Amino acid sequence: MGLFTDLRDSISRAVDRMFSDSEPKRIGIYGPPNAGKTTLANRIARDWTGDAVGPESHIPHETRRARRKENVEIERNGKTVNIDIVDTPGVTTKVDYKEFLEHDMEKDDAVRRSREATEGVAEAMHWLREDVDGVIYVLDSTEDPFTQVNTMLIGIIESQDLPVLIFANKTDLDDSNVQRIANAFPQHETVPLSALEGNNMDEVYGKIAEYFG
Amino acid sequence: MPEVTPGETGNGVQIDLISGARMEGLTSMEKIRLILDGVRDGNIVVLEEGLSPDEESKLIEVTMTEISPDEFNGIEIETYPQTGGGSKGFLGRLIGKESNKKLTVIGPANQIETLHKDENLISALVSRK
Repeated sequence: MGLFTDLRDSISRAVDRMFSDSEPKRIGIYGPPNAGKTTLANRIARDWTGDAVGPESHIPHETRRARRKENVEIERNGKTVNIDIVDTPGVTTKVDYKEFLEHDMEKDDAVRRSREATEGVAEAMHWLREDVDGVIYVLDSTEDPFTQVNTMLIGIIESQDLPVLIFANKTDLDDSNVQRIANAFPQHETVPLSALEGNNMDEVYGKIAEYFG
Repeated sequence: MPEVTPGETGNGVQIDLISGARMEGLTSMEKIRLILDGVRDGNIVVLEEGLSPDEESKLIEVTMTEISPDEFNGIEIETYPQTGGGSKGFLGRLIGKESNKKLTVIGPANQIETLHKDENLISALVSRK
């Protein structure tokens, strides 16, 4: 019974996707905290709509609510791709308010921020299971990509059969290592970029159009 | 080996090794409850066969809802990285089934620290509460 239910759900999802080409695809920007997800979301939104999505910060968990920028039209090779960008909170399995105290925050503010962060991560997981049509997975290319959160998240995305692009961000930094990310997830395409500096955005938009158009 | 009852572990750290057979008959939420109840008691939970991606997703979500300042900071979880990712067959992808047999270690974030991890080895430091 479970097998037939799974089969029916799976076919239903595939059919839904096939017949929903005219609707904008909801593309979730996922990744660990401080990978540059909001910087990327803002870069894409500013380039194609003139508006930003949300505030950027070096303090972890600046984004504590999933934010959606609707109807972002990306033009590539004479074709227009219409997507909704969903900027999500960085995914983690632990949040300790004491980490925020190191960023000159009062205890009350740190506790509130940690509570909002946990709600945001739960919300991001829910979006991933229910409400996105594709995923841009953003990694800081100066950091080790072989973390449990990355392994689990990529596994979860694969199990949902969602198209996924891996973006190796922060290539403007000296210790950036894009190949390490490509080696960690060889089953997916890795695109290098600096969302902050706007480096390699032509390839980024080309790949978005190719994968999510 | 003499047995102690749960709650009488003194200065030690309790490790629960849970077999695949024990988990097999449980629903996703029962599995997550079993894990989180153990971890919130300060235990290290080792799953012989791990969780499915969907269960891992729900574990993260439920963990987040239970984090409480100065009480529970969340979990540390480690599994071996999947090699040859995306290799499940067409039928497996079609019906959403896949092999998820991977040893999984889960503990309280403030008591377990991963020292080293590669495709064949997970080395962790466990401290008492």
